Amino acid sequence: MRLVAIGLAAGVFSALFGVGGGVIAVPLLILLVSLPERAAAATSLGAIGITALAGVVVFGFRGEVDVGYGALVGLPAAVGALMGTSLQQRVPTRTLTYAFALLLTAVGVWLLVT
Amino acid sequence: MSTQTIALALALGLATGVLAGLFGLGGGILFVPTLVALGLGQLEAQATSLLAILPTVAAGAWNQHRFGNLRVRTALVVGVASIAGVEVGARIATSVPEDLLRRLFALLLFGVAAQLAWRARRAAPRYPDSP
Repeated sequence: MRLVAIGLAAGVFSALFGVGGGVIAVPLLILLVSLPERAAAATSLGAIGITALAGVVVFGFRGEVDVGYGALVGLPAAVGALMGTSLQQRVPTRTLTYAFALLLTAVGVWLLVT
Repeated sequence: MSTQTIALALALGLATGVLAGLFGLGGGILFVPTLVALGLGQLEAQATSLLAILPTVAAGAWNQHRFGNLRVRTALVVGVASIAGVEVGARIATSVPEDLLRRLFALLLFGVAAQLAWRARRAAPRYPDSP
């Protein structure tokens, strides 16, 4: 039952913002189902695949999905994701995480002023 | 689409994937601003981001499955339940003005940034190295 609630929340979030829903699903899987952090992140990836696919279908029918740009950005990103996960095993990510948080803040400000 | 746009899209896509893998994110949070930077509208960028997420999470989930971290049954239940939520979220996204959607997305970025900083702080060593 809790898993269904997590799925519903992640789905709304995903379609509303064009994200996978992991932002919501990972903390909820940790807090409500007490999955360990790494298992929660991995499991959320599996769920996101289904969520994003549903979103593509729903928005595709509305004619909002640009397949060319999606492939152009998504395919190199898949290669990058493999590099990133391997890199994660080897480098200390704490300082990087702060830098990344700063980057996200900067992007947020840019979106607000554009 | 010019050659320059294609090169930029490929470079930004690769960088997004590395960051997503490194920090355990799906990538959507970065795909959306990337696609906006490439000239798409907010709603179109969000919808297209969902498509770009597919190959990224497929690669990430496959990698995590090899490490034995993926709970398949849990992922299936959460994923299938999310489909109903997707319909609701899509209705909201298509009914609000795009600049409001963009402002809400910027707030989401601030929230994720705060969450990341908080997690990094919590994971800090309890006994820091002496100076």
